[in-house]
Amino acid sequence: MKIDSKTRFSIIVLISGWFILFGVIPLVLLVITSFLTMDPANLVRLSFSLKAYSQLLIDPSYIIVFIRSVKLALITTLLCLGLGYPFAWYTARMPPRWRTSVLVLLMIPFWTNSLVRTYAMRMVLGTQGILNKALLSLGFIHTPLRIMYTDYAVVAGLFYLMLPFMVLPLYATIEKLNFQLVEAARDLGAGAASAFIKVIFPLTLPGIMAGCVMVFVPTMGLFYVASLLGGARQLLVGNLIQQQFLNARNWPLGSATSIVLIIFMAVMLIGYGLLLRRFGRGKGISG
Amino acid sequence: MESVLSIGGLGKSFSGQQILQDFDLEVKASEFITLLGPSGCGKTTLLRIIAGFEKPDTGTILLDGKNLLSLPAEKRKLNTVFQSYALFPHLTVFNNVAFGLKIKKINGRELETRVNQALEQVKMNDFSARYPHQLSGGQQQRVAMARAIVNRPRILLLDEPLSALDARLRREMQLELKKLQRELGISFIFVTHDQEEALSMSDRILVMQEGRIAQLGTPRQVYEEPENLYVARFIGDINFFPGKISTVSDSGQVEVTIFGRQITAHTQRQFQPDDKVVLLLRPEDLRLYEHPPKEIKTFAGSIVERSYRGSTLDTLVRLDDGPLLTACEFFDEDDPDFDYSVGERVYVSWVKGWEVVLPDEN
Repeated sequence: MKIDSKTRFSIIVLISGWFILFGVIPLVLLVITSFLTMDPANLVRLSFSLKAYSQLLIDPSYIIVFIRSVKLALITTLLCLGLGYPFAWYTARMPPRWRTSVLVLLMIPFWTNSLVRTYAMRMVLGTQGILNKALLSLGFIHTPLRIMYTDYAVVAGLFYLMLPFMVLPLYATIEKLNFQLVEAARDLGAGAASAFIKVIFPLTLPGIMAGCVMVFVPTMGLFYVASLLGGARQLLVGNLIQQQFLNARNWPLGSATSIVLIIFMAVMLIGYGLLLRRFGRGKGISG
Repeated sequence: MESVLSIGGLGKSFSGQQILQDFDLEVKASEFITLLGPSGCGKTTLLRIIAGFEKPDTGTILLDGKNLLSLPAEKRKLNTVFQSYALFPHLTVFNNVAFGLKIKKINGRELETRVNQALEQVKMNDFSARYPHQLSGGQQQRVAMARAIVNRPRILLLDEPLSALDARLRREMQLELKKLQRELGISFIFVTHDQEEALSMSDRILVMQEGRIAQLGTPRQVYEEPENLYVARFIGDINFFPGKISTVSDSGQVEVTIFGRQITAHTQRQFQPDDKVVLLLRPEDLRLYEHPPKEIKTFAGSIVERSYRGSTLDTLVRLDDGPLLTACEFFDEDDPDFDYSVGERVYVSWVKGWEVVLPDEN
């Protein structure tokens, strides 16, 4: 397709305009706000202050929330990896006409509003929910399990929302994998386990890393999953930010927390990029 | 000679299509045997069954007298050189070659010695620290060989290993492969669709046709005494003279009527008068004369095309009776300038007794 310079120019303007309006400007406002003084009546007062950042560093409850978020995000990521890898593997090894259907089945819920799906999880996990009713009628349990408002419910909800983000990058690398290499490994005496450890795992590592970053990073901020399934006690960093803005009306603190979260994510992404580049250059594997 | 691998009654079909049928083969110790056939004839499937990547529907395979089919690929004392080499991209040349030994828990000094020895055998010891993507096709090919032979397999399976190389490198690798096989004394089962490659390297050639053996024999047998028209057509260029048996004598001689002429032909096959037959002649067996010699029967025709090949002069001759022939003549010391012009009249005959008589299958 040939694009004339006028069209190209307008596309560039449109995209960079969108990016500046909804990306750069809000971020600059966020940074500025984080250095202002709290004023519950007027959102913020225009005087410089480092109080928000010092609060974050000094008050251990914020650090606890942060560690807790990392823990939940890590568990979610490992769950997604553990179940997503075999899923992606078998999908990539199916005959091509089946692959598309399976991927579409995975994607359909992905296109549905995630808030709606989180409410649906409440219906499944509740005391009167589908899961408990099924387990009761099958005789596995005699009293309903209390799943809602526990960490289990939060992790289940996060896992459900984030699974496609793990499966898609994994699928992309596994599909590109030369399966003759697996045959070569077996030919040289490797059983299934050592073929996986020595050949399949290192060759799909770029996909594993991409999937983990794509699950881990957004999970830290998914406040509504934690509030809907975990109740008020189960705080993620996302919940903290939401509460500062909407309930505590402490905009500088909310902004500062956001900035810290953004920096944390950025460091992770940069680290991922560096790892991938080093890995790719040294070993002849493209990401 | 003892047989290393015995295949009996092997059959395999994929989604209703028969790939191998009732296939038998004995592979002898230290033998270079080539599976030759067009794509889709089942040669790669056979190799994959021996390697353990496919399961046959019927039949048995014995390696040194022991059942091979009950073992998974990783437990078979065979190694494969893959068509696309299948080198591990994340491992260096050294670690690629060391892969099989490390799995067998061979470490330290012995590992190093054996890997270096294998790399030396394929002249790749200067490249042990490189990654596969830093090597040329021919070098990757050598590493793939080293990776297989370092495990000292009973049989080495090679799936069109030279097909990705350019013609010159291929010639070179053919000679090296043959030399390596003699040095190692391992049986090689070599799959190819290139008949020249098969002729130059093999101790025996197995020509395959739609999952069956069309002919099994030495390169000379397969080339000079094809057992059927399929083999004759597949190996080298060949000329056909259709005819009909007129008389049969006991001494391995038949009289054949070809385009109205009575020709005496030699054959060990049994024919009946009136059998339709084909006389087969290789291009280098034909003789062209500018004037019809009195003492021999010839077929008249005209030169359609001539091409100079350095050591030979190749010509296409259209017989007045219809068929188009290919002739290949060596330059003669007495007459280094001999040549034909297109349209020139020639008379075609052949060296007595070099013809092959086969029943006409059409």
